[in-house]
Amino acid sequence: MSSDTTDSPSAPTLLSVDHLTVFHGQLCAVDDVSLSVGAGEVLTIIGANGAGKSTLLRTIAGLHRPASGTVTFEGEDITHQAAHQRVRVGISLVPEGRRLFASLTLEENLLVGAHRAAEGPFDLARVYELFPWMKDRRRGKVFQFSGGEQQAVAIGRALVANPKVLMLDEVSLGLAPIVIETIYEVIPDIVSHGIGVLLVEQDVSQGLRVATRVHCLLEGKTSLVGTPDSLSAEEIEHAYFGADLPDNATQVQPS
Amino acid sequence: MTWANILIQGALIGGFYALFACGLSLMFGVMKVINLAHGDIAVVAAYSAVFLVPKLHVAQLWAFVVIVPLFALIGYVVQRTLLQKAIDRDPFTTLLVTFGLSVVIENLLLEIYSANGQSVNIGELVAKSWQVNSVIYVSYVSLVVLGTAVLVLGALQIFLSRTSSGRLIRAVSDDREAAQLCGANYKHVFGVAAAIAFATVALAGIAFGISTEFDPTAGGINLLYAFEAVVIGGIGSLWGTLVGGILLGVAQQFGAHFNLEYQTLAGNALFLIVLAIRPQGLFGRKVSLNE
Repeated sequence: MSSDTTDSPSAPTLLSVDHLTVFHGQLCAVDDVSLSVGAGEVLTIIGANGAGKSTLLRTIAGLHRPASGTVTFEGEDITHQAAHQRVRVGISLVPEGRRLFASLTLEENLLVGAHRAAEGPFDLARVYELFPWMKDRRRGKVFQFSGGEQQAVAIGRALVANPKVLMLDEVSLGLAPIVIETIYEVIPDIVSHGIGVLLVEQDVSQGLRVATRVHCLLEGKTSLVGTPDSLSAEEIEHAYFGADLPDNATQVQPS
Repeated sequence: MTWANILIQGALIGGFYALFACGLSLMFGVMKVINLAHGDIAVVAAYSAVFLVPKLHVAQLWAFVVIVPLFALIGYVVQRTLLQKAIDRDPFTTLLVTFGLSVVIENLLLEIYSANGQSVNIGELVAKSWQVNSVIYVSYVSLVVLGTAVLVLGALQIFLSRTSSGRLIRAVSDDREAAQLCGANYKHVFGVAAAIAFATVALAGIAFGISTEFDPTAGGINLLYAFEAVVIGGIGSLWGTLVGGILLGVAQQFGAHFNLEYQTLAGNALFLIVLAIRPQGLFGRKVSLNE
């Protein structure tokens, strides 16, 4: 079924996307993309602005309807399920731009995230362990927090639902490098619980560092799949910007 | 003493405005629906108290026991069907649909019950009042309505801030898509908010029907006052709505003191002044994360 995805390690497949095509009006944002995510692995999706990365994630989360193709979770076809039902199945998305509940406190944001939580390793206490600064500020309104802090709350809010697959959309966007480091530090912890991570990153080097496998999108189409070790910088460059660019363009470092 | 009377009578009528307005405020705050049929729903509740409830052998005084839960149910159903369909299209459609609903309701009421004035009959109680001194009379009905308004707004405030359902309503009103990503069915949450809004406006409608005579077109002017109370107080603040209602009531009484025709005018003037000086309302906040 998922013949065009690369072989994943022995981890059982949780999420698989088959020949997914999504339109934004006239524009074909995602064009015949297939991928799969197994337990405890990190699949990083890279690609330039407008390559369809966010649309792909939002479609998997149920916020967009695909024109064709299927989304399957643990063998169950969830293509036609509503977004809120997919959370209960085990898929959580940390959306681009964080999208916190501005008038709620930090703790209330996490409580909303946990209100349909499955059984699992994460609860509020565990999130406070992961991000120790949160405990003292749990009664703070989130609109007063810095971008990095808000991003951490957004990740915490998704984790407390105890997803089997966690999708992270552009977590590093607009954050200082040192802050990005601290955000990415929690990923090994998440993966160690057998959670599959589907990561969308514009910051290619950061995305590659944590990836088990890489999937590159170019204008909505899959342009490259592989493991970070097996791919050369040049291959990634071509897949990222398109192979038929003039010479001076291909010299830009995709980082 | 005359001034004290203006303040007291203004506060009493303001309680009614606040009770009337809180549902409007809630529906706008949660699903961004400006319900132009809000006033008409209150009038339907008043008509139900006069004509339908007696058939169940319930005294009109106790009509709210039947009508409030019934209207909560109607609110949920109307939201999940008609209003949700409109919201799924665009905000302008929603405005048109509630406007259409208002026209349909008014004309149905005219057709069924004629344009004759009606009132909810609670017997002698309606005329009873507490005489504070030679100038100030406090009507029991107005006092009960003000007390009910404070109670309803307080209960609603506690529900929204302390319970998990209330938290979910606030989350959905902040960002419905993000709430979906937390596993919340926002359409159901919308339904719950509409149920609360319809229940409170039904209560206000009965209170209205007890204190004055009404006819099928009485909803419009009440919608205007409710709208003004919400804007003066600030959208999204329930206590603000109460204060807004009371300020509006006081302003109207103040105007009426000089000339009865200035009653509405003085209220509108206050509304315009607040809108000009503090567009977010007295207690309104501007909170936004995701521009």
